[in-house]
Amino acid sequence: MSKIHITTTVNGDPAEFLASPGMTLLDALRDELGLTGAKEGCGSGDCGACSVMLDGRLVCSCLVLAPEVEGCRVETIEGMAQGGQLHPLQQKFLEHAALQCGFCTPGLLVAAKALLDAHPDPTEVEARYWLAGNLCRCTGYDKIIRAVMDAAAELRQERAA
Amino acid sequence: MPELAYLAPSSPEEAARALASAGSRPLSGGTDLLVQLRAGRVKPDTIVDLKKIAGAMGIREEKGSFVIGAATSGAVLGEHAGLVRAWPGIVEGANLIGSTQVQGRASLGGNLCNGSPAADGVPALIAARATCVIVGPNGRREAPVESIVTGPGKTSLTQGEFVLEFRLPARPARASDAYLRLIPRTEMDIAVAGVGVNLVLDAGGMITHAHVAIGAVAPTALLVADAGAALIGGKLDEARLSAMEAAVRAACKPISDKRGTAEYRTKIAGVLARRAALIAYDRAGA
Repeated sequence: MSKIHITTTVNGDPAEFLASPGMTLLDALRDELGLTGAKEGCGSGDCGACSVMLDGRLVCSCLVLAPEVEGCRVETIEGMAQGGQLHPLQQKFLEHAALQCGFCTPGLLVAAKALLDAHPDPTEVEARYWLAGNLCRCTGYDKIIRAVMDAAAELRQERAA
Repeated sequence: MPELAYLAPSSPEEAARALASAGSRPLSGGTDLLVQLRAGRVKPDTIVDLKKIAGAMGIREEKGSFVIGAATSGAVLGEHAGLVRAWPGIVEGANLIGSTQVQGRASLGGNLCNGSPAADGVPALIAARATCVIVGPNGRREAPVESIVTGPGKTSLTQGEFVLEFRLPARPARASDAYLRLIPRTEMDIAVAGVGVNLVLDAGGMITHAHVAIGAVAPTALLVADAGAALIGGKLDEARLSAMEAAVRAACKPISDKRGTAEYRTKIAGVLARRAALIAYDRAGA
């Protein structure tokens, strides 16, 4: 099978890989680039565990073909912490115990960061709707929402300071 | 397994040539196509990505009318203040498709051509009297949105043809639209019924043009001419609303499934039509 050479930017760094035409972005990230943070939950865009940013848009990487990202900017959970410093959302997820098995967590963090980047002061209802495409079968969502709202408050304070 | 090829042409003509072979499939946002590929429901030998074609992406105004690139994502539609002001119903229909993640990719062109009877993006486009610019091996043609889907998963597009863009009519001062659907839960589900209503009023608040389209209650989304006609010629009073509701119910030919019985779908379509008409009337500045 003839492979396509893809040049892209992942978490700010140039990245290249070979993709078969039917390969998904999720498989390329995990198998070609070794970035296993994004998870395959359903493979059909229903669960959000594979969420990444593509040219600044939140997408399910299982619903993107790898050849589509030629020349695009991809951001994954691996780019969220800066050096050894966790992003406030990651810190709040720990403090609020907003995860149990952790499988949905990378997708939820990427989706929650997209929310707070676009809407720094969301209502709880807005946060719940924004995250409706991220399924979690452990927590019942409440702790996740509390962590997101707490992180939003902290980020607003940081920005004001 | 046959070898799959991925093409991303930059011109509509090039795309039409690539799509002329029987084993090819067009790709817009991919939120339906990738699911079908994975399930083995479609087995193309060539995928033709339409997103590198300039006219298929973004929203522009031509002679005072909006043109929507067929592969433009729902998220982009929702962020376009001018489109939201003129056609809030079209945008709310598009924005009901799937999650935030799906909104980052899913397009009106894909939603239409996937051929689901319950496609949320379609009824408001039909009520708007939008047309599709279709490009194919024999050039371009323009056709009303309601003429594209002929049955579940089936379209009137011939081999090589694809929808490049949607053209909306010019918007007079006192005009608006609305789309409502019912789902069994609050988010992320498929419509039990959906209704788009598009109204134009005169200076005195009398309805001069009205179009009503319904989804999920027949094999395809339908324009209900009688329902639109019932609203014209006066203010949105109870007599007009009741006549429109009756016309909508008469046009329903739904199936019964786990989301609702045929009887329930028919009842709900009337209720949604009434509510959508009230919202569109209010938005139009009555």
